[in-house]
Formats: sequence, C-alpha cells, structure tokens
Amino acid sequence: MSALLPSELDRPALARGRPAAGADPGTASAALRRAEFGDRLRSLALAAPLLLLLALSFGIPIVLLLSRAVYDPTIADALPRTSVALGNWNGQGLPDDAAFIALAADLSENQAKGTAYELAKALNARLPGARSQVLKTVRQLEGADGKPPLEIMKAVPFWSAPGTWPVIANGTHAITSFYLLSALDLRWNADGGIERVPPQQAIFLQVFLRTFFVAASVTLATLLLGFPLAYLISSVPKGLAAILIVAVLLPFWTSILVRTAAWTVLLQKFGLVNDMLLWLGFASERLDLMYSRIGLIIAMTHIQLPFTLLPIYSVMRTIAPSQMKAAYSLGAKPFTAFRRVYLPQVFPGIVAGCLLTFILCLGYYITPALIGGASDQLISNFIANYVNVELNWEMAAALSFILLVFTLALFGIFARILGLDRLKMV
Amino acid sequence: MLLSPYPTPGERIRVALLWLWCGLVILFLLVPILIPVPLSFNSGAFFIFPLEGLSTRWYEVVLGTQRWQSAIGNSLIVAFGTTLIATTLGTLTAIALSNEKFPGRRIVMPLLLSPLIVPVVITAVGSYLFYARVGLASTYAGIILAHTALASPFVVVTVGASLTGFDRNMMRAAAISGARPLTSFFRVMLPLILPGVLSGAAFAFVTSFDEVVVVQFLASAGQRTMPLEMFIGLREKLSPAITAAATLMMALSIVLLVVANLLARRGQGRRIASG
Repeated sequence: MSALLPSELDRPALARGRPAAGADPGTASAALRRAEFGDRLRSLALAAPLLLLLALSFGIPIVLLLSRAVYDPTIADALPRTSVALGNWNGQGLPDDAAFIALAADLSENQAKGTAYELAKALNARLPGARSQVLKTVRQLEGADGKPPLEIMKAVPFWSAPGTWPVIANGTHAITSFYLLSALDLRWNADGGIERVPPQQAIFLQVFLRTFFVAASVTLATLLLGFPLAYLISSVPKGLAAILIVAVLLPFWTSILVRTAAWTVLLQKFGLVNDMLLWLGFASERLDLMYSRIGLIIAMTHIQLPFTLLPIYSVMRTIAPSQMKAAYSLGAKPFTAFRRVYLPQVFPGIVAGCLLTFILCLGYYITPALIGGASDQLISNFIANYVNVELNWEMAAALSFILLVFTLALFGIFARILGLDRLKMV
Repeated sequence: MLLSPYPTPGERIRVALLWLWCGLVILFLLVPILIPVPLSFNSGAFFIFPLEGLSTRWYEVVLGTQRWQSAIGNSLIVAFGTTLIATTLGTLTAIALSNEKFPGRRIVMPLLLSPLIVPVVITAVGSYLFYARVGLASTYAGIILAHTALASPFVVVTVGASLTGFDRNMMRAAAISGARPLTSFFRVMLPLILPGVLSGAAFAFVTSFDEVVVVQFLASAGQRTMPLEMFIGLREKLSPAITAAATLMMALSIVLLVVANLLARRGQGRRIASG
C-alpha cells in the first residue's frame, strides 16, 4: 500500500527507520531513485487489477471486433486448392481450367465437411446472388455420376461470368479492405481502382448522413433550449438556481431507457403530446409521432439537453455580472455587450456541451430502436442488426470501425481544445 | 440580476420572454419523467388521461409475476456484482493514480475513461464476440465483467476527486507511528475517503442497473434484467406494467444518485475544509 505514502525525500528514511543517508550525496540520490522506482512499481501494481480487467472485458473485445473488419479468412480457408491455382493468375479474363478443377474439388470438399453454406454466404456478401449459384453447383457436383467436374463448372454460367473470379481471387486473401470499403459504399473495380458501388447497392453513406443529420438536429435543439435556461439559472439568486438545477438533474439521473419508455407513452397516437397539440390548435388531426423522425429527435433532445446545458452553465457561473454592467456603462447596447463580452467567454462551454451531445448522439441505439421508424435507424442500429439478424460479423465490424473513428476523432478535438476535465460532470 | 436597476420596457419584455421560454423548457424536461408515475397507478390498461381509477395492479404485476421477479433478481445479482468489483478495483486504481509518480498517468486516464466514450453498441457487440469464444457469453460473470468496464470510470473519477482533498501527511504520520501500510489504509485513509468510495459505488450500481444494450447481447433468456424486460416489452406489447417498472427503476436511480452526489460533495467539501 506504499502508493498511499508520500514519496518525498524523507520518506524512505522515516518510514523504514533507517538513518537519513544525507552524509553521502551519491548514495542518497541512488537510494532516492530506488525508493521512487519502488514507489512507482507499487502504484502500478495497485492499478494493475483494474487495467487488466479492462483489457480483458473491454480492450480485447473491441480489438477483436475491429480486426474482423479487415481479416476474413472464411473464403481462403474454404478454398485452399483454388488459392494455390490462382497463384499466378493475372486477374484478366478467366483463369485456366486448373483453377476451375481446383474450385470444383474445394466445393465438393466443403459439401462433405458441411461448410458449403458458410462459404456460399461469405461469397454472397461480396457478390450478391452467389449463394444460390454455389449451392446449386455443389449439389450438381455431388450427383455428378461420373461427369467430369470441369464440365459441370463450365455448364454453370455463373462461374464463367465476368466479375466472379476476381471476387474469388480477392477472397483468398484473408486480409481484406472489402468490408471497410463497403461500409463507405465503395469497392474495387476491375482495373484495381476504387469506385462507388451502384446506387441501388449504396446504403451506408445514407445511414451515416442520417446519423449526422439527427445528431446535428438534436445538438442544435439542445442548444436552443439549453442556453437560455443555463443563462437564467446562472443569473437568478442561489436558492432559486438550486431548484432550477434540480429540474435539470432529475431527468439527467433517469436512465435513457426509462426516458425513452416515457416518450413512447407520450408520443402514442392517443398520447399526451397529440392531446396537447389538438387542444392548443397546432394540429387539426392526430399525428403519427411514434416511429417518426420528429418523435426520435424530440426524445433524443430531451435526453441530451442536460449534457449540453451543464457545461454551458458551469462556464456561465464563473462570469461576473459586473462585466455586463461595465459594458453597459461604457455605452454598449445590450446585444453588443452580449455578443462582444458575454458570448466569447461562454463559448468554450457551448463548444464542450455541443461536442459532447454530438458525440453521444452518434452512438445512439436504444431510442432509435424504440421510437424511430425503419428509415430512422442510426448507425448503431445497423451494427446491431448485422450481428443479430444477418449474422454478418465482418460488416458489423466495418461499420463499428468507422463509427469509432468518427467518435474518437471528435473526442480528440474535444480533449485537445477543452481538456478531459470537462467530462467529470457526473 | 436579470433586470438592471432602472429597467426599460424593452428589457422587461426580454426578461419576461426569457422566463416564459425557460418555463416551457423546464416543462419539457420534467413532464416526460413525471408522466409514467401517475400512469403506473392507473386501473385501466390504456395510457389515457384522466385515469380510469387508481390501483396498484400494475405494481402487483411487476412485483408479483415470475417473469418480472426473475428480472429484478437478475438485475440485483448483476448490479451488486458489478458494484463490488468496480468499487474495489476502481478505488485501488484511483489511489494509484493520485500518486504524482504514477507512470503514464496521461495515457492511463483516457484509457480508463474510454468505456464512456466508445459507443455502447460497439462494446456490446465486441463483448459478445469475445465472450462467446471464451465461454463467458450467457453467464452472469460475463455480464458483470462487461458492466464493470462501463461502471469503473465513475468510481475512479469520484474516488479520485475525494483523494485530492486527502492530506498524505496523515499516512506519513501513521507510518511513523508504526502502522503497517494496510493498517494505515483501513484506519486512516479509508474512513476519510469513504464518502467518495460510497458515492462511486452508487454510481457503479446505477450504471449497471440501468444498462440494457450490453445485456441485450450477452444475456440468455433466463438472465433478462429489468431494463431488458422493459426493452422487450416496449418493442412487442406496450403494457402499463412497463410504466410501473419504469417508475420503480427511476425511483431507485434517483434516490441512489442523490445520495451519491451528496456524498461526493461531502467528500470534496473536505478538500476545501482542509485548505
């Protein structure tokens, strides 16, 4: 428990009851270095259990997941002979007959081992429509009745179609950029360049844009709602400010799920929000707020509002009211004083609050899953869907990779301009 | 402070508009979290005001049926396990980090905080992938491990804050008086930083108790926690039992977090008291 002990000069001597080694400066500094080294080691040992546990429960899982985005040995493992046969194929036109025979042998072996379906799925992910072709060919190879495999392969047009063999050749490299490119709606073209996928296959850019749009809308809404309230709280007497702060903290302390649940109740067709809108005359008929973009943004704004407000408030609290008075007394109009004196000082708080909200919105999952409609699902929902429904780990990993890059980049900006200390707002 | 000593009419209007806008914002903040409370006491099966009548039948559903009871039990197992591990290891780490000589503090701190920054779906999916390989998926241990990663940053930060007010000379005094390091930890340091530790524990408990995404991926059917039952219920069939469960969860979280914040403030108040 020595990390608890002070590590100053006098500690080793005092704590261990040895005479101070001040007589010989050389020995003293050596002893000090030794003691400090021991001190460091002991404090590392104290932190080690949690760091190891985090590495195991958090670090390894994330690294493993991200590696799936670039490492996919399914096809390479399933097609060893084909890999060899394609060793000196130049990628142009069709490979020689040896490659067809090797592929037929590999396909038959996968069928015998019961892995044909897995292979079909892996190829299908890269080449839509491949699944049925592989399974069909495998069945034909099985019931060949002495027909040579090469003939069977040539009889299926799929295997001689342009585009099939480049995908197979690409798949035999376990390290692949295929999924990361796909997650950005890109792919390698036949000439070895990168091109956009055809519009009917492009889905992910739209999802990323939607995620950014929702995050930006929510951030803007929280700022419009939160800034005036933060200003009010920072300028009313202490007692009243404490009550108003509780109004901000109560929702802040309620879990996202519970608040989402509350909004699903409120946003029902016959729920309170629709009642209010009708009563106030803002709507002439009941609106479909559940499973809609607007409902999603309302609920997310409610959840994120304290995250934007609290950093702004914490900065506003430190600005002396006398500054604005000084500006007025120097003849500034209220708006000028606000813009030239107040706003520049509050700005770091605004940036902190808005960045925090924007970053957190990028990773939203529960609220879009429960309140958003099919066209309001954000990137997190797609990741979950690829794992739960499509069982396509590589695609989930690639989307995670890109989401994480955005999140960390924004967080890096946050830490760079504002420091990590602002995160401590629990 | 809002109005100047001699307010102009324009100024009065601006301040009145500010109050009006803020009043609406506060309604927007509070109404959604208060609405499930009366609805949970509704005797009818619909979410319509005025209530058909008062009854506790939905609480009886939540507290009395096997499905919800097992969910509450699972939530408590996971939350207590998480709290125990996260508080113990988080406190040790906070103590280590409070030593200025700790090597690489600048690297360790962001790493410790990273579970709060990484989108939780990525954490959940990654845990599912890795834990399934090592046999931890569908185990309480797996869920507790994953929750510990999410909860421990709160413990490290709160205990760390209470340690900034701790005077290390006291440990020195204890050592001079002949106390072994472990004795001086339990008799001198722990009592003084206890508010911080308890508040960290409360944060850890709430983090785990409210968490649903990781549980969704890691839990087997028999390990569903309360939030997961709610999530599934909200997806499939909206029943007023969910408002009762939400009210219970909300009450527990708010009580614990109020206590945690009071304790944290007390822990930090010491720093001001001791200069």
